[in-house]
Amino acid sequence: MQPVAFLHWLETTPPALFVSQGIFGFSALDMVHIGAICVVFGMIAVVDLRLLGIASKDCAVTDICRQALPWTWAAFAIAAFTGVLMFTGQAVKYYGNYAFRMKLLLLLAAGINMLVFQYITYRGVAKWDRAAVPASARLAGAISLGCWIAVVVYGRLTAYYMF
Amino acid sequence: MADLAQWLAGLPLSQAMRRIAWLFPLLQTIHILATGMMLSSVIMISLRLWGVSRTQTMAARGHRYMPWIWTSLVVLIVTGVALVVGNPRTLRDPALQVKLWMMVPAVAASLILAVGMRGDGMWEKNRSVHAMMSLAATAAFVLWLGVTFAGRGRWIVNLIG
Repeated sequence: MQPVAFLHWLETTPPALFVSQGIFGFSALDMVHIGAICVVFGMIAVVDLRLLGIASKDCAVTDICRQALPWTWAAFAIAAFTGVLMFTGQAVKYYGNYAFRMKLLLLLAAGINMLVFQYITYRGVAKWDRAAVPASARLAGAISLGCWIAVVVYGRLTAYYMF
Repeated sequence: MADLAQWLAGLPLSQAMRRIAWLFPLLQTIHILATGMMLSSVIMISLRLWGVSRTQTMAARGHRYMPWIWTSLVVLIVTGVALVVGNPRTLRDPALQVKLWMMVPAVAASLILAVGMRGDGMWEKNRSVHAMMSLAATAAFVLWLGVTFAGRGRWIVNLIG
């Protein structure tokens, strides 16, 4: 099946109809989606600012991660769930939306950056948990912060490219 | 309220907001980012007050995150006012009024946190005072989250028609 044909079919499924035809389906999802993204961005920024050596220098990196990351993941799950539902409502339009495509690409970049950090850089965290953060970890913090700011920018622009 | 909306719409700022296409998404994006910093700061302070984390003194935790709360609040008010002036019809949205009223107890709860986290934090050993502060943290978190949600208030309009 062609992607566009699949997306057309997707728009006819019950959850999609709840979003596109319901009185408040989209608005309620949109509200939760943006609230969750605020929490994702804010909690990731707390970690990134520590990696960059800008804030929380008196706290261990592992300690900041332990506090911030469960909130980040929970909020991300909510944002992803509401985001997928809103996508189904107007799947074809989102698919062709330039800003939406950029948002997904940036999410992918943020994900790759996180995996590299988690499985390579963070392994040696014991050595720099309370000392100077190595350049590789600072770079991960900078990329993460940049990606997430850009995700918010393109997320907002997505609405402006819908018409 | 209709008079106020009409007067606001005539202001140069309001006209500029409608003339310059990128101003709206720019200010909305800054508003969202500042909301993120506000909520994460409230969460990090709450984690300490709830006792989920005990790795910093109260004073150190307050010193780290309270300035972010106040700075975010200023950015949120400036961008928020500009967004309303740029689209004064929002004033008639009950969700905006809910949001603005909810900001009063949210700021009050934040002030309680700011005052309580100053000094040597001797009250931490006093169970009832600690419980009160923990409650204030919960109130601040719930209220600021409510203020955030009410910001996307179109759904209230949709519900009441």
